[in-house]
Amino acid sequence: MNEIGLVYDRIRWEEKALIDASRKTGLKVRPLDAKEMYINTLEDPNKIKEGFGQVVIQRCVSYFRGLHLTATLESAGLPVINSFGVSLMCGNKLFATLALVRAGLPVPRTSVAFAEEGAFKALENLGYPVVMKPVVGSWGRLIALIKDKDSAQALIESRKEMRNALLQIYYLQEYVERPPRDIRIMVIGKEVVAASYRYSPLEDWRTNVARGGTSKPCPITHELEDLALKASEAVGSGVLAVDCMESPNKILVHEVNNTVEFKGLFFATRVDIAKKIVEYAIEVAKS
Amino acid sequence: MKCPECDADLEVPDDVISGEIVSCQDCGMDYEVIMKEDGKVEFRPAEIEGEDWGE
Repeated sequence: MNEIGLVYDRIRWEEKALIDASRKTGLKVRPLDAKEMYINTLEDPNKIKEGFGQVVIQRCVSYFRGLHLTATLESAGLPVINSFGVSLMCGNKLFATLALVRAGLPVPRTSVAFAEEGAFKALENLGYPVVMKPVVGSWGRLIALIKDKDSAQALIESRKEMRNALLQIYYLQEYVERPPRDIRIMVIGKEVVAASYRYSPLEDWRTNVARGGTSKPCPITHELEDLALKASEAVGSGVLAVDCMESPNKILVHEVNNTVEFKGLFFATRVDIAKKIVEYAIEVAKS
Repeated sequence: MKCPECDADLEVPDDVISGEIVSCQDCGMDYEVIMKEDGKVEFRPAEIEGEDWGE
């Protein structure tokens, strides 16, 4: 094992950290711009593999670009982190929730509706306030806290106007009373490597670092470790960030993230996450 | 290097690598740095955030 492929469509702090970590580990790293490539599906798989190294870390910021690329590379026999199955599951909030529920993990009360009519019934059943999230999307984008029926009507109407098929799937979740923070737990393979509290910025209830949220170290208790490992296993394992909320009664798992941004977690904990990801990639390539 | 949009000087870090984004301090335009095989550097308007972007 001497060569690793890093597929990107934008170089962020994380991709630079992964390139550095690969080099420090003694690997030759190939940064590959997904936007520049094409793959002939009838090409000899061995020829496809030659261009990517023995294992690929897929880091596209565009979810669908990364997902389709992962499918293509895996089909040629390349190990990709994360795998197609894991990416598919974690990139869709409903699929991930269903996997967590099947594994018996504690999640916020969540309903799904498939049109406006069902969405209103689900909202009444959950009781306001309700959090409405797009099934695909990140960084807190289009996540709405719906406080009453009037706001629900306005939001659902605007979603209909957006003419986006995925926005006609209504993923609705109880609003969990919690401290103004959530917990992010990084799991790599079978190891919980770091955890942080993510605090909401002033004047926003969302905790996403992309929205100005800040990270502080969080002790990894047995409970958090157990939940994170089970959540990771439920979606298929890989390099994952499990997000939890501290409800008054227990800790709830609300998301498992796939192409993890770990800059905030690194500066909060100083755990060398990039190095651990590279070491995991080497393990995957060998297995 | 000059900003292709407003002609201001673009500040590019010494350790920049292909695929990184640099922003023009004057007009705010974002560019993706593309390093060509012949060593030339190109600035391409960065992609606009898509609805599927994130982690």
